[in-house]
Amino acid sequence: MSAVSSDPTGGLTPAQLRNRRLRNIAIGLAVAFLAALFYAITIVKMAPGLILKGAS
Amino acid sequence: MSLATDNSAFSPAAAESAYLAGPREFFSLLKPRVMSLVILTALAGILIAPHGVHPVVGFAALTAIAIGAGASGALNMWWDADIDARMARTRLRAVPSGLIAPREALGFGLTLSFLSVMSLALIANMLAAALLAFTIFYYVVIYTIWLKRLTPQNIVIGGAAGALPPIVGCAAASGSVSLDSIWLFAIIFMWTPPHFWALALVKARDYERVGVPMMPNVKGADRTRLEILVYSLLLAPLGLVPWFTGVGGWLYGVAALGLGLGFCVHAVRVYLVRDGLDANKRAMALFGFSIFYLFSLFGLLVIEHGFGLLARWGL
Repeated sequence: MSAVSSDPTGGLTPAQLRNRRLRNIAIGLAVAFLAALFYAITIVKMAPGLILKGAS
Repeated sequence: MSLATDNSAFSPAAAESAYLAGPREFFSLLKPRVMSLVILTALAGILIAPHGVHPVVGFAALTAIAIGAGASGALNMWWDADIDARMARTRLRAVPSGLIAPREALGFGLTLSFLSVMSLALIANMLAAALLAFTIFYYVVIYTIWLKRLTPQNIVIGGAAGALPPIVGCAAASGSVSLDSIWLFAIIFMWTPPHFWALALVKARDYERVGVPMMPNVKGADRTRLEILVYSLLLAPLGLVPWFTGVGGWLYGVAALGLGLGFCVHAVRVYLVRDGLDANKRAMALFGFSIFYLFSLFGLLVIEHGFGLLARWGL
């Protein structure tokens, strides 16, 4: 059994850690955007006139 | 990425790049400039659809189509990384420069492809999703993997992939493919060869060095100039068709007439001036004008139909 590394950075450089953090934020924002979009579509499919009157 | 090509030039760096790239580099994989044209042409397809669509559904469908287009770009960069690394225009792209590993670009592209097609099926309908899946398949497999390195007609046949977004947009909005959207497809299809060949005339050595059989380095620059002229003369009247069919208004019609004439004038200049730096300048002028031409035509369609929809919604 190999020893578990105690290095919390996993051997990554500060630049790599920063980019990983930015990637995680970007993925989080993308998922939040998609969740909001699908929520809005669900509402529209159930009641088309609720968000915008006159829209089909 | 050709199976017969040695990728060692960029692979070692790429192998160490697990956490090297940030969101900006991944965004660049989507070919944002190409994606912007896809968004505009797909939006035109959505707006000219016979029955109209709810703005939220239209926006969501457009987002899915844009993501699908970006996925195609990422898969294209994954496959073409070996030749991108050896061309001046593309060597700084994220994969050949080692910022993103080829397997990361592949995974990114496949994930977005799946996400975009499934989303469009849920948001709009199965026809639109199937057409988007076909567009991605056509661009990646038929054009990038098969035709691009096989025939100087690569751009002509492969151009169909770039021309499909108005049809996908129309299908997403109405559940059917209208004749009007097919005319928009035809305009982009006819526009693609003179657009790319104008650039290829200037970058012919780059393409020749990496073994991509573009028209100038297979049939010669003179034949390419002739074909550019022929396609331009066919494109100019084709651009007027939406006006005749009533899809485009007077603003569109006048613009299509003027821009079509301008396109032909640029093509004639490319045909006549064949030597020296001036020849390259004329080719790049046509390349730039061709982008302006397509953005203007589809932009005007969007404006004309967009105002009509806003009035209908009481905004």
